Order: sequence, then structure tokens, then C-alpha cells
Amino acid sequence: MIVPSGQPSRRDVLKGIAAAGALGALAPFAPRPALAADKLVVGVIYVGPRDDYGYNQAQAQAAAAIKKMPGVSVVEQEKVPETTDVQKTMGSMVEQDGATLVFPTSFGYFDPHMLRMAEKYPKIRFAHCGGLWTEGKHPKNTGSYFGYIDECQYLNGLVAGHTSKSKKLGFIAAKPIPQVLRNINAFTMGARSVDSKITTQLIITGDWSLPVKEAEAANSLIDQGVDVITCHVDSPKVVVETAERRGIFVCGYHANQAALAPKGYLTGAEWNWITPYTMHVKDAMAGKPMVNFLRGGLKEGFVKMSPYGKATSDHAQKAADGVKAQMLKGGYVIFKGPLNDNTGKTVVAAGTGHKQTDVVLEQMNYLVEGVIGKV
Amino acid sequence: MEALGWWGVPIAVLGGAIRVSTPFLFVSLGECITERSGRINLGLEGILVMGAMSGYALSYATDSPWAGVLAAGGTGLALGLLHAVLCNLPRVNDIAVGIGLMLFGTGLAFFLGKPYVQPKAPTLPAIPFGAWSGSPQIRAALQVNALFLIGIALAVALAWAFRNTRWGLVVRMVGDSSDAARAMGHNVALVRTFATAVGGGLAGVGGSFLSLYYPGSWSEGLSSGQGLMAVALVIFARWDPMRCFYVALLFGGAGALGPALQSVGVTSGYYLFNAAPYVVTLAIMIATCSPRRTLAGAPGELSINR
Amino acid sequence: MARAPTGRAARAAEALVVPLGALAAAMVVFGLFMAVLRQNPLEVYALIYQGGFASAFSWQNSLSRAAPLILTALCVALPARAGLMVIGGEGALVLGGLAAAVAGHLVAGAPPTGVKLAMAAAGMLAGAAWIALAGALRQYRGVNETISSLLLTYVAIALFNHFVEGPLRDPASLNKPSTTPIGDANMLGPLPGLDVHWGLGFGLVFCLLMYVLVRHTTYGFALQIVGGNSRAARLAGLPVGPIVLAACALGGAAAGLAGMVEVAAVHGSANASLIAGYGYAGILVAFIARQNPLAIVPVAVLVGGISASGGMLQRRLDLPDATVLVLQGVAFVLILASEAVYGRLKVFQPARA
Repeated sequence: MIVPSGQPSRRDVLKGIAAAGALGALAPFAPRPALAADKLVVGVIYVGPRDDYGYNQAQAQAAAAIKKMPGVSVVEQEKVPETTDVQKTMGSMVEQDGATLVFPTSFGYFDPHMLRMAEKYPKIRFAHCGGLWTEGKHPKNTGSYFGYIDECQYLNGLVAGHTSKSKKLGFIAAKPIPQVLRNINAFTMGARSVDSKITTQLIITGDWSLPVKEAEAANSLIDQGVDVITCHVDSPKVVVETAERRGIFVCGYHANQAALAPKGYLTGAEWNWITPYTMHVKDAMAGKPMVNFLRGGLKEGFVKMSPYGKATSDHAQKAADGVKAQMLKGGYVIFKGPLNDNTGKTVVAAGTGHKQTDVVLEQMNYLVEGVIGKV
Repeated sequence: MEALGWWGVPIAVLGGAIRVSTPFLFVSLGECITERSGRINLGLEGILVMGAMSGYALSYATDSPWAGVLAAGGTGLALGLLHAVLCNLPRVNDIAVGIGLMLFGTGLAFFLGKPYVQPKAPTLPAIPFGAWSGSPQIRAALQVNALFLIGIALAVALAWAFRNTRWGLVVRMVGDSSDAARAMGHNVALVRTFATAVGGGLAGVGGSFLSLYYPGSWSEGLSSGQGLMAVALVIFARWDPMRCFYVALLFGGAGALGPALQSVGVTSGYYLFNAAPYVVTLAIMIATCSPRRTLAGAPGELSINR
Repeated sequence: MARAPTGRAARAAEALVVPLGALAAAMVVFGLFMAVLRQNPLEVYALIYQGGFASAFSWQNSLSRAAPLILTALCVALPARAGLMVIGGEGALVLGGLAAAVAGHLVAGAPPTGVKLAMAAAGMLAGAAWIALAGALRQYRGVNETISSLLLTYVAIALFNHFVEGPLRDPASLNKPSTTPIGDANMLGPLPGLDVHWGLGFGLVFCLLMYVLVRHTTYGFALQIVGGNSRAARLAGLPVGPIVLAACALGGAAAGLAGMVEVAAVHGSANASLIAGYGYAGILVAFIARQNPLAIVPVAVLVGGISASGGMLQRRLDLPDATVLVLQGVAFVLILASEAVYGRLKVFQPARA
């Protein structure tokens, strides 16, 4: 049951219960999807539940969109661990459902799982989320799609910087890996472009989904005086709800969490996977060769911002819209020198800048000046 | 909000102890009753998750979080009863049934809970015990949920009841020696059934705290093994309800320590910090156990003591 | 224990019919549950069959899911023979995987066979030591092994994460922190002619060896006495401590080997994907198999098959992934309850003259 934003009304759920007795809360079960031979069967695999208000929901929204395309039938499987399970799941979609295009959406599915299946099924297209595909190294029937979401995190930071009174921001992250560090840094740099006194306090929880720990992290940040918070965990639900309950502001991540924090939701960094999904599906239907390396930012429509919340001041909106307009034109450089990390070491020299496509950014192993924390 | 720096750590640990300990407290009190009667129920994890789900669902359907708490207790009672009835059968192993129940409970909760992941149910209110303080941190740390207070009252009442009531005496006797209890004319199976069902009910209420107060929503990753940990916690507490309360506070506080230390800049070794409560429990078990005698306070009939 | 051959046959039949009856009952209960939810139970079962057992592909799907469970189930079954209830196989598995990955890296220059042997030895040793620790705590300090092995699992996972993402992390593993890869040449391939990795082969051999050990050796006989009544065994002069520790170590070695297989046949390095819950699933398998090493194999295949069919139910009927958990839960609970039936059915009671 995927609702793009917001939630099913109580009446809908109650109607479902009424329809099928007390156990019938699952009334929205759809009938068996037609697996007609003349349709393009697309398989989508999620690592977690697809209604998590986060990473998996963002993917599921794209799957729901391509489901509406004529001639496309979609089979989905959720909570598939990054073990031989996912290899067999890809195999089942190919062998049992006739899928010819598969989206294994978790980062850890790529190596070795998807690569092994791509070798076994050379005629099937595999499109992986994460940006690992390398020319000459990986097979032609595989590819990766990814978005420069640090652009959105920069805008999140900008809005946060305009909103914060205490000049202290908080970031709750699962693991200190390059993708996450890039978001933390972009968020901090966005905020510090408003006021260089601003700092971001970082808390690492250690895993992608730990609700109680995430709530504790949010509470201790708030106790330390943080008044705007964001995160990079699989499901931002708990962080957003805790912030709302404690009366501070929050920037979303992965999907739109505005419904969870009507008072404090400023804006959010969202994936817009509909763009790459549609491209891959169209190419597959037309029989065109697969585009192996698909990525983009705001300009290309791979990522988007949540609509501003009530708490976002006009001033902050104007400032963010200004930078966003530049990003939409293309060529906006976030990581440009002189840039120091939080130990004082220069990480980007004066006069150089890393464009979004620069692979150096994918090996990020530092926290920029202003982040309180250690890698 | 004024920053507290290092002073924030004890306040966060105190707040965390109050926030995080309640599920531990309820589950361990429930397990305490069950184990005192001579049975162990490892399935409380499954009951906790079922309680969290059914509590949230009922709160959503009725608009009343307290109805949710009741529903969670009822669900827990029913599952506890299932465990008890199965274990009353000859040769059926209580630990194995517990593991089966863990699987069944979590599976059923995930299955039936699907439609409730997205909707927002009304949650339990907090009592602002910190209203006297000018510090927002202290005010937040002392936001206490009524279930926490009920839990304390329950611990006190249970401790008293085990010592001073006929009912408490019977449960203990059944747990210490079923032969003696039988000789006294007590129905051992019935007492154990009752104790296990009540234990399940309390675990269900503990689960509703997770979904209806803290963190306060239903999702499949909600429990990170609190129900399983509570079983170890009871042994740590030597089957004493008051000690269950202290140990639950300790576990809650220990869970808050990691994030609190990071928020003041102690950033390395967070995995090891997170494992601290387990290491401490193990260390205390090693220090207090002896191969020559059973643990002080241990029910003699408990399968894990024989 | 002299028993008429007819008696033995009756016992064997009972051991087969009772759990199968419980399984059938579970299918009825689950079928009713599905019917209440307006799903056609027959269609659900047809899909489970199709997903788990109908074709060569689905068999291989089931078998590859069964492989780790066979080994982790041994980690429960062997200590259980000594009267110990160990539920810490997950910890032994992840540490076995970590040790194997480190060993593979340390001897990377050696010929592949040597590297593989070193990895297997390291994985088994680490697992054996971890479970033997729980056994020793029980034997020499009186610490309950069920609880200690559970706590040790949490500790093992914390250690595993700490090392994989800290001191042992390969700097080249950017967004998926892992240890240094063991290299393609050192990987275990699939079983000949199958798309199932060597873990299955190891599991079968391990089960067979353990069956022989338990049933046909002096050690097995001693183990049976210790498991029956350790006080009596001590009075009879048996070295109870070493016997118990050996059973724990063997079980731990099996789980450690499962971790090594995950590294050497699947992931190529140790990373967080190893923490997949195989250790916990193994508990279930061992209990349904009534701690019998040979029975573990078909039970693991059945559990693997039901898991494999979970995907089919999701994709075809749009049922939640937890559907198969419900089925497994119902089946597990009823099979455990069926223990009570043994010896009660007249059909299986040999006529006593």
C-alpha cells in the first residue's frame, strides 16, 4: 500500500477491516498480476519494507509509476537480504515471471549478487541503484542509476541555516561511508553559507534501521541545543516524528515526510527515481541498448525537493530558490576550494572545484569544517 | 535552548533510562512471574512485537491509545496462554515453544501490521514532571509516561505479593518444587498456565509502549530484541521484581549512553558502546554464578537451572 | 534396550507420521487463515509448491537457502545431545566468517587449495571457540548457556561490525564496508552441475559425520549418557566437562564453517551482509529435526523451500513477505506440540507379549 505522500484516511483502512472481518485489514490485496507474454515484465527488489517513508518507499513510488505505463507489468519483492537470497530472487523473476528488466535497488545487491546473475542471464537487463557501474569492468547488460542528492542536502542545509536560532544543527547517520559523508558535508556547507558560526553535530547509529537508537540520538542532539535536524538512515520516520514532538525543525530525506511533522517540516531531499526507471523501461521496450551509466541531479530530474513547510520563512525560501535555480541551470559546484576538513587539513585546494560527476567525490573520507564528529 | 555540554550526558542517560526502560520493565516483570512459576518463555519477543502492532492498530481504529494498550495486553495474554497450554502437554520443551512463538508472533505482527505502517495513530500522553525546571533539557528528560509509573507500581506490588500473599506463595512453591506443590493439593499446570498468560499480557503492554509512546509509531524494525533481552535481564535481576526495575533502568540508560557521548564529541567505538549492556550482563552472570549451587533466588523447577 | 524389529519399525514409522501429521495440521490452520483473508488456500499452496519444489530451478533455490541452515542447525543439535540448549549460532557464524576472511587475506599468496583449507580451519576454530566458551561457562561457572550464548551473539555481532568497519576495513570498500577480498581464485565454486554453492556439500558431509559420531562411536555413547543425566555420568567416571565442551565446539565449528562459506562462496569478503539471521533459523530446524543430525537435512530443505516460495507469494498474490513467517511459525509450534503425541497412538505401539 503505497501512498506517495500523506497516508490513507482512517476511513479507507476501516472500510477495509469492515470488508473482510477483523483479520481483513489486508483487504487491498490486488488480484494476481497478469504476466502476459506480450508485456514487458519488470522486476523490482527492495531490501526493506516498501512503505518505510524512506529509501525503499522512494523506489516503490517509481515502480508504481512505471506500472501505469501501457505494456508494462511489474513484479515486486520486498525485504530481500543481501545474500544468495537476492540472487535467487533475481533468478526467480527471470525464470518464473519472465522478467527481462530487473531493478535490484539496494546498494549491497551489486557485487557479487547482481554481477553473478548478469553473467548467468546475459539477455536480461539489470539496473542497479548506486552508481557502481564502470566501463570495461562490468557487463553491458548491467547498469547503475544514481542521483546527486547532495544538491538537495545543500539546499536543506541552506534552509536549516536560515531557520536555526541556536546555530547548531544535527545529523543522524547510519554509517560513515562516502555517500553519507557527502550528504553530511553538503548539508553543513549549505548551512555555513548562511552563517559560518553554524556547526553540525553528527551522531552515527551504526546500522540502517534502529528506531529506538535513532530516537535516542535525536533526543540527545536536541538536549545539546540543536534546533534543526536531518538524517541519512533507511527510514527517517522516527527522527522526523521525534523532532516534531520535541518542537524543533526537521529536513526530510529519501521521501516526503511532511505528513509526519506538519509543524516542523522545513523541506526535504527526495529521490525522484521515476526518471531513470522510465528511461530504462522505454529503452527496453524499444529494444535499444541499455544506458549503463545514468545519473543526474536536480537539473536532470533524478532528485527533487519536498515542498516548503509552513515553518519555512519566506527569506529562507527565497535564498534556497536562488541556489536551486543555479543548480537547475547545471554546472553548480558544491565542493570547491578552499575547503578544509574539521581537523584543519585542506581537502580541496583553493581554485579547484569538483563537479558533481567527479569520481573524487565518491571516495570522500572526511568531514568538512563545522561538522562535530569523526570518521 | 541553552547547551549543556558534558552535563548533557547524565541528563540524557537519565532521560533515556526513563524513556527506553519501560518495555524492558514490563517484559521482565512478565517473565519474572512466568519463571517464578517454573517455566521460561523465550517467546516474549514475539509477544512484544504483536503487542506493539495490535496496540497501534487499535489506537488507530478507536482513536484511544489506552484502548490500544488494553488490546496489546489482551493479545499478549492470548499468546501467553498459547505457550502455557502447549507446554502443559507432556514432553513439550518450553524453550523450543518459546522460539516457535517468537517466530509466529513476529510473523503474524508483520503480516497483519502492513496496513498500519503508514497511518498515524494517536499516542499516549506524557506527564510533565519537569515543569518546575527552567531547563528545557530537564523538562524533556522528565516527560514521564503513565505506563512507566504503572510499571514501577507493578514492580512494588509484585515484590510485595510474592512475599506476602497466598497467591505469591503458591506461584513460588510451584516454581520451586512441583512435587511439594502437588502434595499440598495445588494444581501445578493451572498455576503455570495462569503465570505464563499474565506474563504474556505484561509483555504485550510493554510492546504497546514502543508503538504508542517511544519511539511512538509502528514499523517492522521497531523492536531490536528488547523482548529477548528482557529474559536475560530477569536472570540478572535474580527473579526479584524490584531488581527488575533497577536493571531495566540500567539497560535503558546504557542504551542512551552511546548517542549521548557522541553528541558531546566522543565518536569512536560506537558498536562497542552499543554492546555494553550485554557485556555487563554477561560479566555479572559470570561473577555471581557458581557451578556448585544454583543462583540465589532461582526457582528450582526452571529448566535452565537444571 | 532389546526391542523387537517390529517395534523398531513402528518407532520409525511413528517418527515419520507424527511430524508429518503436525505439518498437515499446520497447513489446514494456515489454509483457513488464508481463506479468512479471501485468498484461495489451494492457489497459495500451489504457488508454494511451484516456488519451492516444482522445477529444477526452484529446487536449487530451496537447496541454496537450506545450505546455511543445515550447518547452523548442527550448532544447536550437537550441544543439545549433551543436554545444553545453545541458541548462539548467529554469533559463531559471523565470527567464523570474519576469521575466515582474515585467514584468507593472511595467506593470500598460497595455492588456492591451501587458502581454502586455511579459511575453513580458521572459520571452524573461531566458531568452535565461541560456542565452547558458552559451554565452559556453563560447565565450570554454572552460567546458563541459553542466556550466555544469546548475549555472546550480541557481543559477537558488535565485535564483527567494529572490526569490519574499523581496523580490518579494506579502504577500497567505499560504500559497503568490508574486509579485504579473498580474491576470485580462492573462492569456492558451485557444486558440480548445480547452481548451489559448496555450503550444501559441507553441510551434508558434516551431518553424516555427526550422525555416525553420535550413533556409532564411544564418544557418542558417552554423550548420550551425559545428555541424559550428567550427575550419573560423573558418578560413572565419565569426563563430563571435556565431553560437553567437545559437543559445543563441534556445533560451533559447524556454524563457523557456515560463516566461512558465506565469505568464500558468496560475498568474497566479510561484511554486514553476513548478519542475515541464519543462526536463528537454524534453531528452528534443529528442534523440528528433534536434534537428529540426519533429520536436519530434509527439515532444512523444507524450511528453505518455504522461504523460497515466499517470493512467489509476494509477486503473484501481492501477499506480504511475512506470509511465510506465519506459515513457518504455525508449523513450528504444531510440530513441537506433536511431541506430546509420541507413544500415545496405539498403531505405533508394538504388541507386548
